[in-house]
Amino acid sequence: MGYPHKPHPKETPILSKYFGEPQARTLDGWKERGGYRALQQALGMTPVDIVNVVKESGLRGRGGAGFPTGSKWSFMKPGDGKAHYLCVNADESEPGTFKDREIMRWTPHALIEGTAIAAYAIGAEVAYIYIRGEFTEPLRVMEAAVKEAYAAGILGNNAMGSGHRVDVHVHRGAGAYICGEETALMNSLEGRRGNPRIKPPFPAVAGLFGLPTTINNVETLAAVPHILNNGAAWYKAMCLSNPKSTGSKLFSVCGNVTRPGNYEVTMGFPFKDFLYDLCGGPLPGRKFKAVIPGGSSVPIQTMDEAESTLMDYEGFVAKGTMLGSGGVIIFDDSQCMVKHIARFARFYAHESCAQCTQCREGTAWTTKILERIEAGGGTMQDFDTLLELADNMTGKTICVLSDSCAAPVVSGIQKFKHEFEAHITGKRCPFRATAAA
Amino acid sequence: MDHSSGGAIGETPYPPVFVGAMKEELDALLGRYPTKMAALLPTLWMVQRERGWVSEEAMVEVSQELELTPAYVKGVVTFYTMYHQHPVGRYFIQVCTTSPCGACGAEKVVETLLEETGCADLGATSPDGRFTVIEVECLGACGFATPIMVNDEFIESVTPEKVSQILSQFK
Repeated sequence: MGYPHKPHPKETPILSKYFGEPQARTLDGWKERGGYRALQQALGMTPVDIVNVVKESGLRGRGGAGFPTGSKWSFMKPGDGKAHYLCVNADESEPGTFKDREIMRWTPHALIEGTAIAAYAIGAEVAYIYIRGEFTEPLRVMEAAVKEAYAAGILGNNAMGSGHRVDVHVHRGAGAYICGEETALMNSLEGRRGNPRIKPPFPAVAGLFGLPTTINNVETLAAVPHILNNGAAWYKAMCLSNPKSTGSKLFSVCGNVTRPGNYEVTMGFPFKDFLYDLCGGPLPGRKFKAVIPGGSSVPIQTMDEAESTLMDYEGFVAKGTMLGSGGVIIFDDSQCMVKHIARFARFYAHESCAQCTQCREGTAWTTKILERIEAGGGTMQDFDTLLELADNMTGKTICVLSDSCAAPVVSGIQKFKHEFEAHITGKRCPFRATAAA
Repeated sequence: MDHSSGGAIGETPYPPVFVGAMKEELDALLGRYPTKMAALLPTLWMVQRERGWVSEEAMVEVSQELELTPAYVKGVVTFYTMYHQHPVGRYFIQVCTTSPCGACGAEKVVETLLEETGCADLGATSPDGRFTVIEVECLGACGFATPIMVNDEFIESVTPEKVSQILSQFK
C-alpha cells in the first residue's frame, strides 16, 4: 500500500507493504516480517553469485537513470587490494518525488538489509547512507535502526557471525539539490562543496575518497532482499509490458489530484488507470491538463500522451518523456503552465552549483525571461531566445542539472505554446483573477 | 594573529563548542571516516545544534578541529542552504513553494505565515524574536502540500486556515 491512502487492489505492494505500520520499524518487527533472512543467505554466497542473481532479476536503478543494478555492481573488481565504498543516495530532492522518504520512515531495516547485501557483493566494508538535510524524521528513524542493527550484531566487524565486516553510517546533507548527483554526493560526503565531478573517471574506478565506489538509490537497494528471498525469476516475472523493465515501482503522486501519495505498481501498468482509478482522477469540477511523470527534470506530457503511456522505462520514452524518479506531478485546467515552468526554472537557477557557465547563466536567464512572459512583458522573439538558451544548456555541462532545466521549457513551449502566446498578446496572465478589471 | 579567541577588545570572548561531551562526540564521529575533512558537514550540524547558527568564530574553531583553513570551512558553509550564517528566530520556519506545492496554494500559506508571525519580510525575524520565515525549494513531501518545517519538525498539509493554530504551539 502507498501511505497515506488505503491500499488499492491494483497495487503490487512489495516495498510499501508495511508503510504505516510502526512495528515494522523495529528490528523485532522487521524480523517477524521475514527481515534479515536475505542478508543471512547473501553472506553465505559468493559476491559474484549475488551479482548474478541481481543481474538475472532485471532490476534497474530507481533513482532516475535506470542503469541495470547487477551490471553496475559487476564493475567493482574484488581483490584489487583497494578499499571499496558503497554510497546510498537518500538525497531525495527531485520535485515531485517522496518515495525514498517513506521507505526510510516505515521500513528502515529494509534499506539497511539491502545496503549490507550490496556492500558485501561489491567488496565494500563501509557504506554511507547520505540523507538530505531536511529529512529529519527519516534521519532519526534510520539512525535508531542502524543502532539496533549494530547492537544485534547484524552490522559490524562480524556481520551476522559471517566473519565479514559491514559498517553502515548515516550521513546528513545540509540542503543542496545537486548533492543527489552521484559525484556531487561523493564530494559532499568528503566534506567539500557539492560540485559534480567530470566523468571519467567513473565512481567504480575513482569514487569516494578516490577509491572504487558504487552508488545506489534507496528504492533500488530496498528491492534487493526481496529478490534474494523470492528469486530472480519471481522478480523478472513482474512485468506487464517491456521485458527490460521488471519488478514493482513506487510512484509518488502530487499536484492537483484527488488522492496524492505513494503507489506501488508492476512495471508496465497503464498510466491512464493509474491516474484515474488509483489516484482518483481530478478534483471535483476540474480536468487534468498536463503531467510530469518522472520528477521535474523530465519532459511534460499532455493528457493525450499520458493516457496512452505504459508505466515503465521504455513506455515513458515512447511517449516523449522519461520514468525518471517516478515523481508524478499533475496540473489541472486551473493552472498556468507558464507560471509553473517559470517556477521550475527558478528552482534550477537556485540549485545550480554554478561551476559551468551554460548552467549558471542559462538557468538564471531562462528564469528571468519566463517570469517576464508570465508577468505580461513577453515578446514573440522570446521563444527563439528560450530555445537557443535551452540548446546551449543541453549536453554541454559536467552534470545534467542544466539539461533538466531545459527539458520542461522545451516541452512546455512545444506542447503549451498557446498559453505562452496568450500571455504575450494579452500582456497579462490569463489565469490570474481580473479583480481590477 | 590568534583567531581562536575571536571578537574585538571589549566583546565577550567566544566560548568553544568542542569541549567535554561535545569533544567526545566529535572524536567518535571522526572514527566513521578515513579523513577528518569528511566530518565537516556533521561537525557543522553539531555547531548549529548547540549555538543555533554557525558564526565566523565557530568556523575558525571547526577549521582547527578538522585541520582545515577557516576560508575552506566558510566556502563549504556558504554552499549549503541549511547552515545559518546569522542568528535566526527561536522558531525557524521553512515553507516549500516549488511548483507542486505552488499548484496547491503554497503562496497563500507564505502570506498568512508572514502576517501572523509579524515577520516584515521573508528572512526577517519577528520583533519578538520568535519567528523567522523563509521560502525553500522542494522539501520532498509533495503529496502532502504544503509542507513546512519548524526547526526540525515537519508539518504536512498546511493550509492558511491552519496557520494560527500551528503557530500557537510554538511559544
